[in-house]
Amino acid sequence: MKYTLLIIFFFFYAGLSASTIRVGAKRAHKSIRSAIEKAVDGDTILVDAGHYKEKNIVINKHGLVLKGIDHPVLDGEKKYEIITIKANRVVIDGFKLINSGVSSLEDLSGIKIYDSRSVNIRNNILENTFFGIYLSNTIHITVENNRLTASSVEEQQSGNGIHCWKSDSLKVIGNVISGHRDGIYFEFVKNSVIWRNISKANLRYGLHFMFSNDDMYVNNVFRNNGSGVSVMYSNRIKMFSNYFEENWGDAAHGILLKEISDGFMEGNYFMKNTSAVYMEGANRIYMKRNVFENNGWALKIQASCSDVVLEMNNFIGNTFDVGTNGSLVLNYFKNNYWDKYEGYDLNKDKVGDIPYRPVSMYSMIVEKYPPAMILFRSFITTLLDKTEKILPSLTPENLKDSAPMMNKAF
Amino acid sequence: MNKIIKYVITDILRNRIVLVYTIFLLAASFSVFSLEDNSSKGLLSLLNIILIVVPLVSIIFSTIYMYNSAEFIELLLSQPLKRRSIWLSLFAGLASSLSIAFFIGAGIPVLIYQANMIGFTMIMTGIILSVIFAAIAFLATVKTRDKAKGIGASIMLWLYFSLLFDGLVLFILFQFADYPMEKAMIGLSALNPIDLSRILILLQLDVSAMMGYTGAVFKEFFGATNGLIFSFLILLFWIVIPVWYSTRKFNTKDL
Amino acid sequence: MITVENISKQFGKLKALDNISTFCDKSECIALIGPNGCGKTTLIKAILGMVIPDSGSIKFQGTDIANNWQYREMIGYMPQIGRYPDNMTIGQVLGMMKDIRNSSDALDEDLIKAFSIQNLMNKRMGTLSGGTIQKVSAALAFLFNPSVLILDEPTAGLDPVASELFKEKIIAEKDKGKLVLITSHILSDLDDLVTRIIYMQEGKLIFHKSIEELRLDTGEEKLVKSIAQVMISNYE
Repeated sequence: MKYTLLIIFFFFYAGLSASTIRVGAKRAHKSIRSAIEKAVDGDTILVDAGHYKEKNIVINKHGLVLKGIDHPVLDGEKKYEIITIKANRVVIDGFKLINSGVSSLEDLSGIKIYDSRSVNIRNNILENTFFGIYLSNTIHITVENNRLTASSVEEQQSGNGIHCWKSDSLKVIGNVISGHRDGIYFEFVKNSVIWRNISKANLRYGLHFMFSNDDMYVNNVFRNNGSGVSVMYSNRIKMFSNYFEENWGDAAHGILLKEISDGFMEGNYFMKNTSAVYMEGANRIYMKRNVFENNGWALKIQASCSDVVLEMNNFIGNTFDVGTNGSLVLNYFKNNYWDKYEGYDLNKDKVGDIPYRPVSMYSMIVEKYPPAMILFRSFITTLLDKTEKILPSLTPENLKDSAPMMNKAF
Repeated sequence: MNKIIKYVITDILRNRIVLVYTIFLLAASFSVFSLEDNSSKGLLSLLNIILIVVPLVSIIFSTIYMYNSAEFIELLLSQPLKRRSIWLSLFAGLASSLSIAFFIGAGIPVLIYQANMIGFTMIMTGIILSVIFAAIAFLATVKTRDKAKGIGASIMLWLYFSLLFDGLVLFILFQFADYPMEKAMIGLSALNPIDLSRILILLQLDVSAMMGYTGAVFKEFFGATNGLIFSFLILLFWIVIPVWYSTRKFNTKDL
Repeated sequence: MITVENISKQFGKLKALDNISTFCDKSECIALIGPNGCGKTTLIKAILGMVIPDSGSIKFQGTDIANNWQYREMIGYMPQIGRYPDNMTIGQVLGMMKDIRNSSDALDEDLIKAFSIQNLMNKRMGTLSGGTIQKVSAALAFLFNPSVLILDEPTAGLDPVASELFKEKIIAEKDKGKLVLITSHILSDLDDLVTRIIYMQEGKLIFHKSIEELRLDTGEEKLVKSIAQVMISNYE
């Protein structure tokens, strides 16, 4: 009896408060703007397929649900911001937003959300927007299954794909971002998760992370971005099962960790990056069960890092396993598999009996004199490397894996 | 001319050293591919064979063969044949037999295990290096009458191209570390066919590392079509110039 | 047939040929004689185009041989030491030569038959004795019916029987109107063979005489003795 009442109450309430407004060429409302003007909090606006040039659509009523049928096109005519949200619990679902204006002063975007909470942006297609989805001072926003494509060639002329500033508890899930300046940009964002996104061919970073603590990113693919992924000045970041691939160039890294503390990386896959992981001023980073395959440098650890622990990672087919710039080593390597290891295992415990030194002499030389790369794998450099292996002089004494695995660590 | 080539090739292919060389390459390449669990490591071992063994065998074998054929050359010279066609036929015969030996010994395993761009580049450069070092051997034999001196000169040339030259480059690099050396490095590499071949393979094999800043300069140069054409032209020069010069010398040589 | 005009050749400090001029006509068998290192072989090689003279010219049937190679079609050359690719059989060497010469004229296989080379066709050159190789060289020199035969120490490695057969062949060819140039140390071999003598010493041509003239000059009947006399008089 109690439940029946409750259910009836809900039906009643829903029927009363939320109506559906339809927009389309053959509907009462020809434009979304007029529909929004008409709407009250909690209404649903259903938009038919078509081409809408509405200048800037501002949503300032709470709980509005904007739903596009067959991806109606919202055209910013290269002048305007397309949707601006300044209300809570808004849903934007199934639109195609094209051609936002370009302005570095106003950060014109496809969808911009100010000072709001619980907004849901999903299933939209954004093409040629300056900034794609822009979150500023928001809480509990979900950005899900959007496809963002920009086609700028110059960094200065392009904005970020999903730009998040000073926010909390965000969920960025299943988006595909390409051609922006940074694919996903986080600044002062905490307690958020980035999950199952594909960020590729962006001009600068696939993911740019600054001053953002207690975040996690899982199952993302970062491929062929100008400089890979950059995580800076943040604490307690967790990274699981991400793919970092084909980030090529001098300053390009699979992932750059700068001034990072208490990070945790597991199950990530680094393939064909110039340097897979570049660490500078990183402290207490725990890297476990990652795969480094066919990178130029698997790891570049600057001497400013400390307490970085690498355990049970697989290093396969990298040109150089580890590069460093100094002799001070406060990091630990244990039970990793190195395909260049030439030791033996007499007691058959699957752990090599002599330590592996992942820093080759030539990687030190190339670090100092980059053009020396042209002599790599020549007879003389091979000789130098072999001599160094027998009589270490240039490579740091303490940088070694004392218990390297004979077979792949997992 | 084709007739002489035919006879030179049949003669060389029956030579035990070429047979041993082919079998050595076959055994080495199959073992590096089957022993290593990932075939790119096999490619690396093969790279060393291509860059060290192939030039060595090519230059030494060609030199010895030329000295041993002195009387045969005399015999041919007493026949109504142009000197130029005798010399070029000998070169064509030697170069093609060494290339065939390389292709059977290393090319086929590579095609079986690594039928891709890297493998293809390796086979190409291996063949070109075989031909280049046969050409350099011709230069050495036409310049010196004495067999021991000629073989010594060949070994020195090999040592120079595979070791000393790179040492010199490394030295120059350290001396001029403060200057932008990338372009100069490209220029220097053209002076050594082994280096040029190595870089061409490196751009395939270590593409990720080569994409670093200086690498990008190299990649931009060697990776682009023009750079590739340039590299192959230079390698071609390394064949044509020794052959042309030795032919000229041979035309006026007393036997 | 062959005209040599003022040719000189210097090997380092050694003057191998010193301003040599001479003329060789057909239907002659000319012996090139002189002590070791007198320049005989160099002269032959110059005629064959293997050694290029520093100065002077050589004309073959009126045309200069410099930068010319076709004239060698008319020369059969038997080297002092014949060396052939070790891995080829006699049959293959003969085949190769036929292939190179590509002549449509009838082949002269007298010596092949005389030396029974046809029984050895499948033997590899590397396995042959020095004498057999000489036989092959001789057979090759005559094979294509050349109008000039140049034989460098032809009888050195041959057994007496082969040597006799060979001499008969030379005489027969000379009588057919061919020019035969022979160098040899074994003067007794040349006795019944040669019609003219070219004597060289230290790169210089000392004389070029017919055998009758020589006999008259020295008063000796045997070639060996007359040459010996020449040599002694030159040493003094």
